[in-house]
Amino acid sequence: MEDWRKNKLVFWILYLPPTAWLVLFFTIPLAIVWVYSFGERGPLGQTEIAISFANYIRSMEWTNLYIILKSIWIATVTTAICLLIGFPLAMGIAFASARYRNVLLLLVILPFWTNLLVRTYAWIAILRTNGHVNWFLEWVHGLLAGVFGLLGMPDVLGTFEPLQLLYNQKAVIIGLVYVNLPFVVLPLYATLEKLDKSFLEASLDLGAGQWRTLFSVTAPLAWPGIVTAAMLCFILSLGTYLTPDLLGGPDSVMIGNLIAQQFGPSRDWPFGSALSFLLMYVTFILLWIRAFAARGEKGKLH
Amino acid sequence: MVQTRKVKAFGPDVGTDRRKPIIEIRNVVKAFGAGVRAVDDVSLDIGEGEFFALLGPSGCGKTTLLRMLAGFEVPTSGDIMIAGERMEGVNPNRRPVNMVFQSYAVFPHMNVERNVGYGLRVTGVAEAEIKTRVAEALSLVKLGEFGKRMPNQLSGGQRQRVALARALVKHPKVLLLDEPLSALDAKLREAMQLELVRLQKTVGITFVIVTHDQDEALSMANRIAVMEKGKVRQVAPPADLYEFPNSRFVADFIGKMNLFEGRVSGVQNGNLQIDIKGLDRVAVPFTGSASGNIAIAIRPEKVKLGQTDPGGDNVRLRGRVTELAYYGNESHVYLENQTGMPISVNLKNATRTTLPSISIGDELWMSWAPTDTLVLTE
Ligand SMILES: Nc1ncnc2c1ncn2[C@@H]1O[C@H](COP(=O)(O)OP(=O)(O)OP(=O)(O)O)[C@@H](O)[C@H]1O
Ligand SMILES: [Mg+2]
Repeated sequence: MEDWRKNKLVFWILYLPPTAWLVLFFTIPLAIVWVYSFGERGPLGQTEIAISFANYIRSMEWTNLYIILKSIWIATVTTAICLLIGFPLAMGIAFASARYRNVLLLLVILPFWTNLLVRTYAWIAILRTNGHVNWFLEWVHGLLAGVFGLLGMPDVLGTFEPLQLLYNQKAVIIGLVYVNLPFVVLPLYATLEKLDKSFLEASLDLGAGQWRTLFSVTAPLAWPGIVTAAMLCFILSLGTYLTPDLLGGPDSVMIGNLIAQQFGPSRDWPFGSALSFLLMYVTFILLWIRAFAARGEKGKLH
Repeated sequence: MVQTRKVKAFGPDVGTDRRKPIIEIRNVVKAFGAGVRAVDDVSLDIGEGEFFALLGPSGCGKTTLLRMLAGFEVPTSGDIMIAGERMEGVNPNRRPVNMVFQSYAVFPHMNVERNVGYGLRVTGVAEAEIKTRVAEALSLVKLGEFGKRMPNQLSGGQRQRVALARALVKHPKVLLLDEPLSALDAKLREAMQLELVRLQKTVGITFVIVTHDQDEALSMANRIAVMEKGKVRQVAPPADLYEFPNSRFVADFIGKMNLFEGRVSGVQNGNLQIDIKGLDRVAVPFTGSASGNIAIAIRPEKVKLGQTDPGGDNVRLRGRVTELAYYGNESHVYLENQTGMPISVNLKNATRTTLPSISIGDELWMSWAPTDTLVLTE
């Protein structure tokens, strides 16, 4: 049979619309932003095309660099926590009996069915001063105070002070972990599910315990999946805007917020463009490292 | 020798081995879900130093039984003892057995040395000892040179030997092998069969091998358990299994067999009289008790072909050649008698000639000695 890819007409009919779409709505706008990033801000906030690295240099000034570094830090911590929670979760799903596997997977992607904004507001309801967590803590506190009262020591615990859980870096990390967990669980699950279980059985058979098997066999064999999951989570967290905007405070402004500020109130599009592209560069470098690592892995395999 | 065989022929063969048992399986049942009994009330003793084979068609429960020995499946009921200890609640990593997996399961991220040393390293053996034992194990499987290779740089046969070395280096009391040769091509498989037998003799460890290849089981094992639908049908040394199968299933599963269904009509001078459609009344020596519907069976290579009626007390019938197949060392002749019953006969090509002495359509006499006839009540 004729290979349909060799048929010029079919090829163009199939490929032209998506290509045109991508070029029109992705490549061209991106190119414009890229050109802007070398531009200058006019006195009225308009963008003037130029060839200047001032915006990039400015992003390396301490106040901006600090935000970038903190974003990297928050993304790193988020990724680490996501992996710590996501790996056992993915393992549990992958090794569950086939009957429950799909239901469990469904539960993981269920949050996607609601809008991110709604889900983030839900976290505000949970974490705020008179939110669910503090309500629960207060209830426990009251209970304990009652017990101590019965024991004749009514004032041991003092009055209940609600925890400040919202509008700080911790809240941002909690929110990011929550949002990105499915992106970690799914690639990990895909890798672990494909893993030949006899490797794990062989390890047990040879005298290794469950933990030793996890670290010496399961994790190394799932390494490509772990890298993919980590990259995905890191990139998504690094560029996030909504979560720090809603859950964060002054100590947790991230690049996303800084960029939004440039395109919004500050009306400094060239600087915003430069910051955006800085994010892109980081993403590209990470993807390139990953591709390089994958190639090395393949080279070792063949 | 011949005498003892004959005696055995007339008594039931229980396949006992007088060696001290290292594995005792008592009434083991494994049920998956409600209906499926993968292993159904199996009781077996496997002696120390035996090369024991579990043989049976696909899905008969061989792998499940082996995995229960290794500890990867928990019996639904029944007991397993290994080296005198009950295995209930003992995890795979604490059992004195090691397994060679069908897929070999050689860790792809470790080189050969680290693969073989893995089982020692995880149990805290000193590095110096690991080194000598790994080298020993690798030379045992003739992979001395390959220590630094990664698994993907090895052939299938070499990978399999890594899996063997990795299990043997642990000095287990029993080595379990699940279809270890099924992924190899015919030539290599035969070489590895000999290799495994040699290895087993060298190390003296009990081998329990699962296979669905009867030739493999016959040529390697000193005792074979034939399984069908979760049950063990017969346990016997290879020659006994071949010459004295205890049931139609075993007779048919091991090698080729001509089966004739018939009815017992009486006993005369210690000979069982059997009426078989298409044959004269057959009289065969038999000491057990039999009545009603039974079968007699004869191996294709024990049937003689001739132009004339051989007479005597031979069992005999006439048939027409319908098919001829040439295999080099022997030829298979397929015949049919008047009633359309198929019979196959194997002829050794003992002399060097290409002239076919038999051709399709020939009317020939088939005959065999009554003592070569098997009586199958089950
Ligand atoms: N985990 C399981 N869940 C449900 N049924 C199973 C499971 N494992 C095995 N079985 C069933 O038990 C029976 C025996 O399986 P087993 O793997 O022991 O067969 P086998 O003799 O090794 O066959 P083969 O020669 O094809 O490997 C089969 O019918 C199989 O479908
Ligand atoms: Mg099997």
